[in-house]
Parts: sequence; C-alpha cells; structure tokens
Amino acid sequence: MDKSVTIKILIPSGALGLGYDRDALMRGIEHKPDLIAIDGGSTDSGPHYLGTGTSKYSRSSIKSEWRQLMQARAIANVPLVIGTAGTCGADDAVDWLLDITKEIVKETDQDVTVAILKSGQPADRVISAFDDGRITPLQPLIDIDHAVLQNCTNIVALAGAEQIQAALNTGAEIIIAGRATDTATIAALPLLRGCHAGGAWHGAKIGECGALATTNPSSGTIMITFDADGFTVEPMGQNARATPYTVSAHMLYENSNPLKLYEPGGHLDVTGASYTALDERRVRVTGSKWFPSDIYTVKLEGARCGGYQCVSLALIREARYVQNIQNWTYAVEEKCRKKAEEQVGEDFTLELRIIGLNATLGAQDLNSQIGSEVGVLGIITAPSELVAKEVAKMLNPYLLHMPLTDDEEMPTFAFPFSPNEMNRGEIYEFCLNHVMELDDPMQAFSLTIEQVRA
Amino acid sequence: MTKLAEITQKIRSKNAGPFWITIDIFCSDDAEFKRALISADSEHVAHALGISMADLKRYDMPDLRVVKFSFPRPIIQGTRFDRDMHGASFANLLAELDVTAKA
Repeated sequence: MDKSVTIKILIPSGALGLGYDRDALMRGIEHKPDLIAIDGGSTDSGPHYLGTGTSKYSRSSIKSEWRQLMQARAIANVPLVIGTAGTCGADDAVDWLLDITKEIVKETDQDVTVAILKSGQPADRVISAFDDGRITPLQPLIDIDHAVLQNCTNIVALAGAEQIQAALNTGAEIIIAGRATDTATIAALPLLRGCHAGGAWHGAKIGECGALATTNPSSGTIMITFDADGFTVEPMGQNARATPYTVSAHMLYENSNPLKLYEPGGHLDVTGASYTALDERRVRVTGSKWFPSDIYTVKLEGARCGGYQCVSLALIREARYVQNIQNWTYAVEEKCRKKAEEQVGEDFTLELRIIGLNATLGAQDLNSQIGSEVGVLGIITAPSELVAKEVAKMLNPYLLHMPLTDDEEMPTFAFPFSPNEMNRGEIYEFCLNHVMELDDPMQAFSLTIEQVRA
Repeated sequence: MTKLAEITQKIRSKNAGPFWITIDIFCSDDAEFKRALISADSEHVAHALGISMADLKRYDMPDLRVVKFSFPRPIIQGTRFDRDMHGASFANLLAELDVTAKA
C-alpha cells in the first residue's frame, strides 16, 4: 500500500436540492479536491418517488444547484459524481437529470463527458434471481413472490463502490448514477487509490450528509481527506466546526445500527474507531474496520401501487363538538362506511384522523389533549380512483353536517376547499427488503458514456 | 410525575430506511446517562412504543452518552395507514415516558 496516498473528496451538501453555503463550496474548491460527490436522493420521503420514477425537489432548484456544481467542477477540473439521481435513482430519474445537464451544457457553452450508471432492474431479472435462490430477505421479513415483483412500477439495485469505480475508470467528467448507497459515491475513489478501506467507508458515512456531522449543519459543505490509515473531517463553512463528538455521533443518525454499516461486498464496523481533534475545526478518525463478504450482494428497492387515495378535511371549532370529537368521529366513520359498503362494496378503507388530538401517533398516544379546535382528516383508499372519489363524496355530507345526537339542529362545520375532496391519485408502497447476489458487480447495472456538446 | 425528557438532554427519532425507526436519547453528562440507562428500561420502552421486546434493539453508548433504540416500524413507511413518513413523532412517546419510579 502506498503510505503517502491522500484523496480529498468535497461534499457540497447532504443532497442536491437542499442548498448550501456558496462561499463554503468555493473554499472547498480552493482546497483542491480530487472529486466532488453529492447525493441526489433517499427513500426518506416515502415510496411515491420510486413508484413514479420522479424527483422530490423542484426542477428549477435542482437545475440551479447542479449548474453551480458543474461550474465548480470545471474550475477544479475533477470528476463530479451524483448518486441516486432524481430522489429515487430509477432510470427515468437518471434521464431527467441527464436532460437538465444537457440544458446546462447548452446554456453555459461547456462540453462535458458524462458517464451514466443505471440501477433499474427489469422484473424478469429479479424473478429469475428469485427462482435461482439468489434473493435473500433482510429484517424485517417481507414476503415476495412473482406477482409482487411483476407489479413493481420500479425496482432498483443499490450500486456500491465497484459500480462507481467502473464509471470513474471511463474518465468521464460527470457521473450521473442511479440508485446507489449514500456512501458509495464518496468511498469509490479512495478505495480505488488504495486508501484504508475501513476509513474510506466510515469517512464516506460521516460525509454523506454534508455538514450534518459538524456544529453548523446548514453550512452544507464538508471535505473528507482519506489516507492509508483513516480519514480527516474538515468543514468548509467558516463558522462550522467538526469535533470528536459531532463526528462520532453522526453514526447514530438514521442508522438502525450505529456500529455497523452493510454495503455491497462487505460491512463496516466502527466499534474500535478513535476520534481525535486535530484543532478546533478538524477531526482525525482511525481504527474503523472493513470486513469483505464472501458473496457480493446488492440491496433491492421496489415500489408498487398501493391503491388510489382521496382525502377530505373538516375543521371543527364548536366547543361541544370539539369536546366530543372522538365519539362524533366514530359515528361519522360508521355511517359513511355502512353507506359506502352498500353502494360500492367492501373493497376500500376509510380512516378518520383527528388533527389536534392524536393524528400523529394514533392510539399509542396516551397523553393527547384537546384544544379549542380540531381538524378531521378523512382518508379513503380504494382499488380505483373512481371508487376512492365516490366514497369521499359520500363522506362529504357527514363531515359537513352530522349532528352529535338525533334530536338537535343540523350543525355545519368549516370546509377549507371546494370541492372539499382532494384526489391524491395512485399511492405506492415499498415492497422489497432484500439483497440480490451477483457474480460480477456490473451484472445488474448499465454504464454508458455520452459526449454532451454545446 | 417525572418524564424521561426532563432527565435527559434531547430525544429524537427518525426513519432508518422504509422499514425501521430509530430513537436516540442524548444525555449531557455521565450521571444523566446512568439515570437514563435505568429509566429507559427496554420493557418500559417497548410498551410505550407498542412493539414487542423481541423487536426492540438497544445500543447503550457510554462514549456518546446515548441510549439508542431501533425497531421495525409498526406500519411500513408510506402505506395507507402510515401517519408519519419520517418517524419524527415516535420520540415523543419516549420523551413523555413516566420515569417517576426509576428517576
């Protein structure tokens, strides 16, 4: 191993679309990074994005930030890598960012070479792997069969360092990758150049949320310097500091296991890691270990249609109704359900959540208290848009007018909209929590090169 | 009544992928951490979260003065009955945990 190797990776922010401190980014460029890496997505905002193959962030904010990163890249003259492009990293989302890139190239009159790494999985490929016993479930167990796989609107495999390295080896200036692990785009180059493997993965995990591992998360930009023994964290924001506490505590963040991180080809264990302050702003980490696995697997994500949804909201201010809201809601739900079952059959769900009482935690909330007003949110989910809308329209008069007792005047509650029903269209659900075994890391991924000219 | 939030520094929760929730209980010093270890006993916590003990994973991290709990989310993220995409509210169930007898 070359003991003198150092690789600097500049991470502008936790995700493209979140924004960052431009001065911090330019300071990072002055520090001469070897690569700029940014995450383009996550499953955090739910299954809609993978289900539809679309981005969570606005096209214009993505374009504006991506343009700045492309310009920063041109100044630094190093590769710019984005993983999980377009929130979900499905093939359509990769094409979406590629289109944006082409527009920017035309507008800025700067040619670039783009490597496009796609992670989308045809259902047939996953079904055949499933039949060959090459799909293994993770905890918690979710049952799958051919029908589940066939019904997915998108299946993606999470690329690891190997697939990003293949893209880097093409010499492309920009790499647009589909679904990838949060860490792969950062760890790929240090691993390729022979930096410490445990340090590469651990440093990548610390850096993947940008400046979240520092005292000033909103400054965004962070530099991780990798070497033969470990890595060093340095925030680029002027008033941001990395401390042994902020860096080590970052392993807790959105990780179910704070000590181990599973990646394609092995796992990271940070149990023996030590964190040392180099000065007030920088932290040095050594002692993290990488354990290669015998079998190379990639994690799968899939989303399928979970029905069609329509929602309706009533606002209730009248004190007697507010005080008796739970009973009123039960009665509305019961009456509406009975009517709907008579009209459209039983294949729908109707749920009323009381906003201002326990809408966030439901029955698990033992400390809920009522205030001066409540909202009642009706949620109808059915196998078709038509049925969902029909039931929502049946709910409408109950939400508007239902009296608490039979012998009282008909009340009227506040509806904020006309129509009061809000059609949410098709909803999706995640239906895969599995890994797929590969003989070769590139077996389930496609890599193409495009010369994008102004 | 003493609540867990009153004897610790910060309690936060978040989704960890579509299938897990993780809750971090931060303590400001070793004495607080010791109290939290006792107060946030796993049985008590599982009950408050409405999950089984077998599903609850616990990490006591003295270097960080953090007690961390992870568990499969009772309702998969984004499915029709899910109320909280990012699992942000689960922390409140532990923040409001009555620890009078143990604190």
